[in-house]
This record gives sequence, C-alpha cells and structure tokens, in this order.
Amino acid sequence: MSTPEIPQRPWRQRYHVSAIAWTVTIVVLLILSSMATGANFGMFLANINQFTVLLVQMSHPAWAYLSVIIQPLYETIQMAILGTTIGAAFAIPFSLLAASNLVGNKVLRNLIRLFLDLVRTLPDLLLAAIFVAVFGIGSTAGVITLAIFSFGMVSKLFYEVIETIDMGPLEAMKSVGASKVTIIWYAVLPQILNQFVSYFLYTLEINVRASTVLGYLGAGGIGVYLQRSLDQFNYSATAVIILATLVVVMVIDGVSNHLRRVLL
Amino acid sequence: MQTTLSKEFAPRSLWQRWRWLVWVAIIIAIYAWAIGGLQFSGLQSSAKTVSDSIVKGLLHPDWAYVYNGSGEDLSSLTIQTLAIAFLGTIVSAVISVPFAFWAACTAHERFYLRSGSGKVILTLIRTFPEIVLAIMFIKAVGPGSYAGVLAISIHSIGMLGKLFSESLENMDRGAEEAITSAGGNAPQVFVLATIPTIMPEFISYTLYRFEIAVRSASILGMVGAGGIGTPMIFAIQTRNWPRVGIILLGIIVMVLLIDTLSEQLRKRLI
Repeated sequence: MSTPEIPQRPWRQRYHVSAIAWTVTIVVLLILSSMATGANFGMFLANINQFTVLLVQMSHPAWAYLSVIIQPLYETIQMAILGTTIGAAFAIPFSLLAASNLVGNKVLRNLIRLFLDLVRTLPDLLLAAIFVAVFGIGSTAGVITLAIFSFGMVSKLFYEVIETIDMGPLEAMKSVGASKVTIIWYAVLPQILNQFVSYFLYTLEINVRASTVLGYLGAGGIGVYLQRSLDQFNYSATAVIILATLVVVMVIDGVSNHLRRVLL
Repeated sequence: MQTTLSKEFAPRSLWQRWRWLVWVAIIIAIYAWAIGGLQFSGLQSSAKTVSDSIVKGLLHPDWAYVYNGSGEDLSSLTIQTLAIAFLGTIVSAVISVPFAFWAACTAHERFYLRSGSGKVILTLIRTFPEIVLAIMFIKAVGPGSYAGVLAISIHSIGMLGKLFSESLENMDRGAEEAITSAGGNAPQVFVLATIPTIMPEFISYTLYRFEIAVRSASILGMVGAGGIGTPMIFAIQTRNWPRVGIILLGIIVMVLLIDTLSEQLRKRLI
C-alpha cells in the first residue's frame, strides 16, 4: 500500500501570485491617482494653520444665528417630505412592472430596470443644479430633485420587496378569475404595505440628509444659509447650521426608526 | 378557554377603535404643514424654453468635448474623478480600521464607554456634510482635486468605520479560538485568524464605498474640489446644454461601469 500523496499546492498558490498581483495593481493605481490629483501631504501640513483657524472659529458656534435658521430648517423637512412622497408615488407602478414575479414579459421588465438604473446613477446635487436652471432658485427645484432621487432608490427597494411575496394568494385569486388590478389590490398590496411604509421612512431619512445640502446650489432649504455663511467666511454660523442639521437628522432618524420597528 | 374567548370578544377600547383615525389626522396634518410651508415659485416663464433647449442639448451632445487633447476634456476629467474617488477611498479605508476596532462592541465587554464613544464619533463624521468638508479643505489646500481627495477620505470614515465595526462584531470567532487553543499569542491570533477572517468583508465594503465615492467625486467639483463637476457647473451656468449633455452621458457611463465592475468583484469575494 503506497502512502497517500501529500496534496501539492499549485505554484500559483505557493507564490501567492494573485495576492501579489492585486497588491501591485493597487499600489500602481494609488501612485497614478495621487499624481493625477496632485495629492501632496506636505502641502496640507504647510497650510494646517489656516485649517486650524477655521476649526477654532467653528468651535465657537454663534447661537444667536439659530433664530434665523429655524424657518429654513422647517422648509428642508417639508421639501424632504413632499419630494419623498412624489418619488414614492411614481415608484409604485414602476416597481410593479419591474418585479419578475408579476410581469412575465422579460423585455419590458429589463427596459424598466435599465431606466431605473440610469435614474439612480445621477447624483442628487447634479439634478439640483439642472433643476435650479429650469425652475429657478427656490424650493420647487429642491422638491423635484428629491422626487427624482427618491424615485430611483425607492423603486429598486420596492420591486425587491415585491419579488419576495408569497404567490399563494395571487394564484388563488387568479384561479377564480380576478382581474390584474384586483389581484394587486387584494393579494399584493396587503403583503407589502408595511415594508413599503418602512422603506418610505428610510428614504425620508436619506432625503432629509440630502436636502440639507441641496440649497447650496439654490434649491431651497437650510443649504442656502450654509452657502451664505461659507461665502461670508462666517464659520461660527456654519457651525450652528451643521449642529442644528445634526439635531434635526437625529430626531427624524429616531422617529422613523421607532415607526419602522412598530411596523415590522 | 373561557378567558381567551372573553378576550377575543371583549369590546375594543375607544383608543383601539379610533386609532386609525388619529393616524390619518396626523398624516393629513403633516402634509398640510409641508405643502403650506413651501413657497412654490411656480414655473418660470422661461422654463419651457429652458427645458426645450435642455432636451435638445441632451439629444445632441457636444461630442467634440470627449477628447480634445487639452487635458480639460471629458475623458481626462473622468479619469481625474476616478482618481479622486480611488485615492480617497483607499486612504479612508486605512484610517477606518482603527476607528472600527474602537467602535466595535465585542462580546466580553462589561461597559460600553469605548465602543459607545467610537460610535458617536463615527455618527458625527457621517452627518458632517461632505460639501462643507470639501470647502474647508479648499481653504486649506486651495481649489483642486486634492481637496476632493481629502474630503472623501475624511467623510468616508463615518460609513466605512461603522460597516467595519459591525463586521468585527458579527465575525466568526472560530479561527481565533483555534489559534488560541493551539497556543498562539495575541499578535499571532490577530495576524493568522482575525485579519484573514475579516479581510474579504472589509474589501467588499471598501469597493461598495468606492461606488459611492465615484458619485461624490463627480459632484464635489461643483464647489471647486476637482473632477468632472467643475466643467459641469460652468456649463450649466453658461446654459451650454450640449456640453451638459455630454458630461451627463459621461457620468452615467462611468457610474454604470464602475458599479458593474465592483459588483462582479464583490460577488467573487463573498
């Protein structure tokens, strides 16, 4: 009886070829990208005193500014609520069409998904810049931006939820001859409603965060004041705005997390 | 039996019966507040012509801008955007590791001061707007892509640190125990068990964050932090819609490519 052969590692594993190749690739990319961006740590250290001056100013928030920004803070939340609602409303039909268990037509489904993928590639500030050009400076541009931004996100979340539903009730209704709309209303909707609301609230959280900077390009809300304070080098006001935004975001997150826990 | 029955048929309390109405009232109140509070500027008189020219511009992109050899064209600025995102993400991933160990709440810990404080710091970093960071760094290092790199590397710590620390909390401790029971000391456990167990997840999260950083890098230029955003905002301000169209197209293609590539890599990792 021959002794069992000791398993041999192929040379690729023995000399860690792929690990070394990846490391070299990443190091080369790092060097190339630091050349492309002109990154220079020494320059940052040389100018560090300017940065510290800025930080010192920011660490003395001008609390009196709080009374000025209460109204725009409300406006930010209002923009987020309306934008998310409009986006989610448009997302429902699209997500129904993109769900593979409801729509058998593969071409239509993939076209819808491609469209949703395209919408999701656009960063929110980019949309804001374009809509400010169309609708003028103000919260209308912000609401539209947030609506499109949340439409892309919500519809993906929604159709993924729809694809996980139990098909039993649908088949039962189909077998007694119910129409498509009736099936969606009585068999699909009750199964997904809670998760829809949960994702809606989650998107609202993200939109409140997003809407605080949209105003930087003129799309209304607290961002307008953010830009104003930064342009006037009034960093103690900037600090108040950031802190107030932080509080608002945390309150909204807390409320929405609580509601989502209750729902699910 | 009696008790369950009586429970079932007990008349619902007033609150239980009318709860839905309270919710409807709250929701209506919220929407009334939201709609009433906003001043809709309405459509500007120029909106029709502007959107017409936008659509026309988007349908006839300025193809000459793709490459003109000046170094300020779409392809070189796209590469610059990717470079900003890549450098920022890698730097941030390295800085995030100590933050992750700081914020991770591991099993045999009595009091949560360490992990709790780490989590608060990470939340603060996450909520600090990236644009403001970019503007702060522009003051320090001047406008350009370096400010964008710095903004992304600091801002990403918030999310990467959180994701890393969560994967540390949920990681499989089997390999660590095996090394310990074979007599390994703490550094050996760390190098031979902790790092190999956690590495695929860390890399996967870093790739995911890179996808987000590409989007950020393409808009940070709007405030002067380098990349494709700078010509974009100039083109919008000068109403050069064919130029906007080609840049939008460039961003869409770039983001789609990076997303697909990174998704493939992440699938192979985990």
